[in-house]
Amino acid sequence: MTTLRIDVPYMARVEGEGALNIIVEQGEIKHLELNIFEPPRFFEAFLRGRHFMEAPDITARICGICPVAYQMSASHAIDKILGIQITPEMRALRRLLYCAEWIESHALHIYLLHAPDFLGYESAISMAADPALRPAVEMGLRMKKIGNALLATIGGREVHPLSPTVGGFYRAPAKNELLALKSELEWGLEASIKTVAWTATLDFPDFEPDYELVSLRHPDEYPMNEGRIVSNKGLDIPVEEFEAHFINDHVAHSNAVHVYHRDHGSYNTGPLARLNLNLDKLTPLAKKALAETGHSFPSNNPFKSIVARAVEVVLAYEEALDIIEHYVRPEPSRIEAEPRAGRGCHITEAPRGMLYHRYELDENGLILSCRIDAPSAQNLKRMEDDLWAFVPQVLALPHDEATLRCEQLVRNYDPCISCATHFIKLNVVER
Amino acid sequence: MKAPKRKIKPEAAKKPKLAVFKFTSCDGCQLSLLDAEDVLLDVVDAVEIAYFVEARDRRLPGPYDVTLVEGSISTPEHIEQIQEIREQSKFLIAIGACATAGGIQALRNWRDVDEFVRIVYAHPEYIDALQTSTPISDYVQVDFELRGCPINKYQLLDVVTSLLIGKQPRTPTYSVCMECKRRGTPCVMVSRGIPCLGPVTQAGCNAICPAVNRGCFGCYGPHEAPNTDALGQHLEDLGMTSAEIVRLYRNFSGYADAFRLASDVYEEMMA
Repeated sequence: MTTLRIDVPYMARVEGEGALNIIVEQGEIKHLELNIFEPPRFFEAFLRGRHFMEAPDITARICGICPVAYQMSASHAIDKILGIQITPEMRALRRLLYCAEWIESHALHIYLLHAPDFLGYESAISMAADPALRPAVEMGLRMKKIGNALLATIGGREVHPLSPTVGGFYRAPAKNELLALKSELEWGLEASIKTVAWTATLDFPDFEPDYELVSLRHPDEYPMNEGRIVSNKGLDIPVEEFEAHFINDHVAHSNAVHVYHRDHGSYNTGPLARLNLNLDKLTPLAKKALAETGHSFPSNNPFKSIVARAVEVVLAYEEALDIIEHYVRPEPSRIEAEPRAGRGCHITEAPRGMLYHRYELDENGLILSCRIDAPSAQNLKRMEDDLWAFVPQVLALPHDEATLRCEQLVRNYDPCISCATHFIKLNVVER
Repeated sequence: MKAPKRKIKPEAAKKPKLAVFKFTSCDGCQLSLLDAEDVLLDVVDAVEIAYFVEARDRRLPGPYDVTLVEGSISTPEHIEQIQEIREQSKFLIAIGACATAGGIQALRNWRDVDEFVRIVYAHPEYIDALQTSTPISDYVQVDFELRGCPINKYQLLDVVTSLLIGKQPRTPTYSVCMECKRRGTPCVMVSRGIPCLGPVTQAGCNAICPAVNRGCFGCYGPHEAPNTDALGQHLEDLGMTSAEIVRLYRNFSGYADAFRLASDVYEEMMA
C-alpha cells in the first residue's frame, strides 16, 4: 500500500482532546499532524496577581492525573524565591508523595490505557471481560488503589491533594497512619515485580529513533524532586538554564506549545528517558526486575516505555516502604516565610517527564509572571517526529491496523493533553 | 509485528447506557470514576459504557440513559456539542466545579480574554475561545449537579447507583461546617483565626481542609443559603484586606452566583 489516510478525530485512552491526521501519497508523507484541540485555559495569565501560596493549589488544576507534580514544581520554585530550606524529614515526605503519584498514574497507564494496544483490545473494559485477563486488570486496579491510598493519606485526597504546599505540608501524617498502609504496599511491590515481567513479554515493534533523551539526574537517587538536567547527547545543566536551552514554539494546528532543544530539536522526556539516564540509580529490586526481563537498556524503543513505567512502579513501591520505615514526622510540618520579591524556577519529574515552573514575585508575594512547561508539551514535537519515522513501517498493514499502531505510538508517551494546552510562553523566541 | 484486531466486550441486551463527555477541564472528575478501583469492574458490568473516550476506543451513538458531563463551556463549538449531547441524554449530570460553575478558567470572565490569549500564545490568531467560561446549565437543562474540584467519587457512585435503582439522587446541600462538627475538627476560624469559606460552602468533601489545618477554599461552591455578608464581616475582622477576600472567593467555583457577587462587592471596595 502506498497511499494511506489516517484520520483519528478524537484519540481514545489519552488524557484530554487530541486528533491525529496523516496523509500518505505514493509512499510519501504529505501531511502529518497531532492536532491538539483541547481548549486553552490560560493558567499563566490568570496566575498573575495571585498570591504565591495559591500557586500549588491553582496549578494542580492543570491536570487531574498528575496534580502532585504541579504542586511539587510550584512549591520548590517558590521555596527558592523565599529562601526556604526544607528539613530532611519534609524532603522525605515530599518524595513519598511523589512515589504515590507515580504508582497511581503509571498503574493507570500500564493497565487501563496502554496494555489494550499490545493485547488487541479496544479498552481495559473489554480486557476485563476476558476471564484470562481479568486478574491482570484487577491486579492493576489494586496497585493503582494503593498509590491513591498513600496519596490521600499524605495529601488529604487522591485528585488535587490539599496538604502539600510551599515550605512543606499543612499537615504531616503521623507514622502510624503510614504504617497502616505497609502490608498493602508490600503486596503492591510484589505485584509490580510481576508487572515488569508481564510487560516484558509483550510484542514490541522494531523501532529505535536516535532520540535526545532528557531527564533530571541526582547524585544520590533516582530523580523525582531534584537534580540537574542531563541528556544522552551530553547535556548537563542546572534547572536554571532550562529556558536558555529549551525553546517553545506555538504552532498553527495546536492549542499547545511545542518545546524543542535549541541544539538538537525535538526530544523525549518521561519514563524511558529517566530510566535510560538513571539505570545506576535504580533501587535493588527494580534493578533486579529489569535485569530479569532480558530486554537490554538503555533502549530507544518508545514502545518499551511500558517496561520503563513498570520498573518505576517497583522503584516507587520499594522507596515508599523504605521511607515509611524510616519516617520521622516533620515538626513543624511547614516552614513559613515572609514574602519577598524575586524569581525562581524548578523542575520535578512528573510521571510523564520533566515539569518546569518559573515564577516572578513582587515584594507582597503576588505573582508578576510565570511560565509552565508540561512534559506532554515537551514531548509533542517528538511524537510527531516519531510518526514521521514510523509511518513508512506500517504502510504494508491494513488501514485499521496502521491506524492502531500510530495511535499506540502516541500513547507510548502517555500524553496528557490537558496538561499540554495549559501553558504558555511569555517570551516569543525567534527561530 | 503482530497486528491484532481490537476485541470488544460483548454486552447483555438492555443494560442502561452510560456516557462520559468532556469540555474544558483537567480530566480529574472523570478520573474519579476510574479511581473507584474497588467497584469499577462492577460498574462496567452493571451499565454499558457507551461513550468514555478517556477509557475506551469504542463509541456508541445515543440515546444514553445517564450522561456525565465534565468541564465548562469555553469555545464556540462547545455550545453546539452540549445541545446535541442534551438531546441524546435522558438524565444529564454536570460533574465538578468546571461543569457546575465554570471552573478556575472562569477567572477570565472578569478580564479581557484577548489579553489572556496574547499573554499565553505567540500567535493569538490560532486560538478560538469564547469570552467566558461558564457552566453547562447556562446552555442546557441539567438534571443533576455534582459539585467539587474534584468531585467526591463516593457521591458519584451514589448518584449513579440511585439512578440504576430508580431513585432520585440526593447529595447534601448544607455547609462544610456541618462536616467539621461531625468529624470533630475544631473550627479553624474561631479557634485559630484562619480564614475559611466553610460557612458558605456546600458539603461533600468531608471537610478535608480544616482537618489538615487550613481553611476551606470553596471547591464545592456555595451551599443552599450562604450568608456571605456575615462571613465577609468575619473575614474583615480577621484582618483580611478586600483584595485577599476577592482572591479567596475567586477560586475553582468563583463564578458561582453567591461567590461571584460577594467577590464583586469586595472588588468595588478595593477601587
